[in-house]
Amino acid sequence: MTGTRSAARIALLIVTWVARLVAVILVIATFNFVLVRAAPGDPAMVMAGQSGGADPKILDDLRKEYGLDKPYLVQLASHLGRVLTLDLGYSYRQRRPVLDLILERLPATLLLTLTAFCLALLIGTTLGALAGLAAGSIVDTLFTVLSLLLYATPVFWLGLMLVLVFSVTLGWLPPFGYETINAKMTSIERVLDIAKHMIMPVMSLAAIYLAIYARLMRSSIIEVSHQDFIKTARAKGLAPARIVVGHMLRNALVPVVTVAGMQAGALVGGAVVIETVFAWPGLGRLTFEAVLQRDYPVLLGIFLILSIIVIALNLVTDLIYRLIDPRMTTEAA
Amino acid sequence: MNRREFTAAMLAAGAAIPLGITRAAGQTRGGTLNTIIQPEPPILVTAFNQQQPTLTLGGKIYESLLKYGADLKPMPGLAQSWEISPDGLTYTFKLFPGITFHDGKPMTSEDVVFSCMKVLTETHPRARQNFARVASAEAPDPLTVVFKLKQPFAPFLGCFDCTSAPIVPKHIYEGTEFRKNPMNDKAIGTGPFKLKEWVRGSHVHLVRHDGYYRKDEPYLDEIVYRIIPDGASRALALENGTVQLVQWSDIEFFDVQRFKSQKNLEFTTKGYEYFAPHQWLEMNNRIAPMNDKRFRQAIMHLIDREAMNKRIYFGNAKIATGPISSKTRFYDGKVKRYEFSVEKATKLLDEMGLKPGANGKRAEIKYLVPPYGEVYQRAGEFFRQSFSKAGIDLVLVGTDMAGWAEKVGNWDYEMTQNLLYQLGDPALGVARTYISSNIKKGILFSNTQGYSNPEVDKLFEEAAVALDEAKRQELYSKVQQILVEDVPVAWTLELEYPIIYDKAFKNIVTTGIGSHETFGAVYKS
Repeated sequence: MTGTRSAARIALLIVTWVARLVAVILVIATFNFVLVRAAPGDPAMVMAGQSGGADPKILDDLRKEYGLDKPYLVQLASHLGRVLTLDLGYSYRQRRPVLDLILERLPATLLLTLTAFCLALLIGTTLGALAGLAAGSIVDTLFTVLSLLLYATPVFWLGLMLVLVFSVTLGWLPPFGYETINAKMTSIERVLDIAKHMIMPVMSLAAIYLAIYARLMRSSIIEVSHQDFIKTARAKGLAPARIVVGHMLRNALVPVVTVAGMQAGALVGGAVVIETVFAWPGLGRLTFEAVLQRDYPVLLGIFLILSIIVIALNLVTDLIYRLIDPRMTTEAA
Repeated sequence: MNRREFTAAMLAAGAAIPLGITRAAGQTRGGTLNTIIQPEPPILVTAFNQQQPTLTLGGKIYESLLKYGADLKPMPGLAQSWEISPDGLTYTFKLFPGITFHDGKPMTSEDVVFSCMKVLTETHPRARQNFARVASAEAPDPLTVVFKLKQPFAPFLGCFDCTSAPIVPKHIYEGTEFRKNPMNDKAIGTGPFKLKEWVRGSHVHLVRHDGYYRKDEPYLDEIVYRIIPDGASRALALENGTVQLVQWSDIEFFDVQRFKSQKNLEFTTKGYEYFAPHQWLEMNNRIAPMNDKRFRQAIMHLIDREAMNKRIYFGNAKIATGPISSKTRFYDGKVKRYEFSVEKATKLLDEMGLKPGANGKRAEIKYLVPPYGEVYQRAGEFFRQSFSKAGIDLVLVGTDMAGWAEKVGNWDYEMTQNLLYQLGDPALGVARTYISSNIKKGILFSNTQGYSNPEVDKLFEEAAVALDEAKRQELYSKVQQILVEDVPVAWTLELEYPIIYDKAFKNIVTTGIGSHETFGAVYKS
């Protein structure tokens, strides 16, 4: 009796959750559509203009081909219809399905940004924790200055400086690209080759996030260490290592996870500059080019995929919260 | 040269060349050329997109009937000879035998007729206008194409370069929606190189087309086009030898100078004769004070074009004197010159009654900065400073590419800058900016400034259909004098883009289209 009831409850929960997800995605899709169209500029004109000689018939044909001659509301309705069937449409400019374009670029971007993200999180929190524990010491001061400097450095400048040192002067690392083009390599050689190409872009991208997490972790540790339960733990005579790992880190991590969860969503799009400096064939550059060309289907496709990734990441963040601190729950569960 | 002599000369040229194309001894086979493509082309089929990178890369894949030398005279392309009837209405082309597409199917006159009359008239704005002049196109036998024109059109022989009339396979496109054909991805042409792989965002890899009809060509095995979006990275790639050839604006103007002295590199500004990029300050002639000829003349006096070339373009340009580039045919340098003189400018402004107001300003004008890079921004600042000397306040307005195109196309601007190709003949690349019939709202690169002069219209029209070269020169000289007096736009510079390449490579620049050429004859020594 109770079994069927709880099964029904779970089913209801899932249905509610899915319905909410679909609603959120539709709202996001509408919002994206309106935003993208708010910018002046006609894609047909951009495309025809590139030919160095435009022609009214060709402009009309292009507008008709992509439904740009229909009223906005009709275009919006057909856009939402496509979103519901997960059809991302067809690129005006590249004349290929949007999904193909995105799937081609996504792996390179994920490889770059996830590596940078994990590295930044790991090193940033470790350094921040160490600095927080040694608050007020020379090490801490040095650390604070360094992380401030890192945080304030423009990412493209950092990238160019790395190229100058490691590629131009020392000749150790390839200055750009994803892998050596046109080389005959075994798969292990290829993996190493890609890894070598990744070093500088990952370093540049990780630098800023690293500084953010480190500063956050440091202040969080300092705050936690003044709280009553730490005093209690000390009074109980717990070993200092257990206090730090079991009591302080666990609690200090909560704000870091919150910020990291929010930033993970921005990572995919946030790599435009790094991808440009290092000629990295990623999604960031695709987005940027699509904006310049007013390639609406590509833009909307990327936004939709990104929104789904952000929603998924929020879910992951929720789960991590619960791992760190079992008291945290959300009302949906 | 009169019409008959011209025809005879063309025939002679056509007959002489077949001997020339088998010359191959001494050139080495093999090797890879690494170069840059920037920005990444959206598609490689030049029939559907005419952006500069598409043409540079697509020129290796798609060919047309003719090529043009640095003097812009036609040379054999897919056609080995050609003949023009004395009345200038019938053009007969003889194709080379044994031409094949990359998929192995033969290319015949049927493909030429289909490409020109069915595909290009549907998808290619420039070709559409050129082939609209054709009454009928026929393929009497597999190696012969006959075009019959509705009325004479002097530059018709200039419409067959690989960027204006690329030949696509009929067996792939017939009866399909051209732009959506899935074979577009494969880019099947007749060129010496065929597409092997295109890793988007990274590189395009071309390899030898083994069945190429020109004996022994191509000499190279492969060409790799790398996509490097950052200017500093591109310069680095050339410097450290990752790439061996750069063209157009791959290297920023301020960086060009330092490559001139690098020992292993060759530097040239040849190979842009067909396009002859011509730059000007565009003024909306409909709006006061730009609607007064004296104001536009004053603007000409206010631009120190020597300084502009030196400071903004780092010497990579020549001073433009009028609407026709000195690099193309029918240029006439004997026109009114506007020397840099603030006094002459202020005198003109005073004369037209545009007196300084209480704040010392005569006029405030919005300048739409073209979104094509830093050099355009700096040119805008240069204009702003130049005009302020005569009390004209230029307000720089920023925009992105799509916004610029929409505003200029819809005449919603006061001043901006523009760059246009001359396309080998004034009737193809020059007239479009100045004739009244090309004032078309919503169309970019038409007569967007709204200049209209019946006499200019008549001269351009007569010159387009006149078959005698001397007569054409006379008409174009007259039109240049009128335009320079009227200043519909303020011509500034003839840009000289460089081609820089590794000395080991030979035959890089052999024709008037430079880096858009097929590269079949390029070899590595």
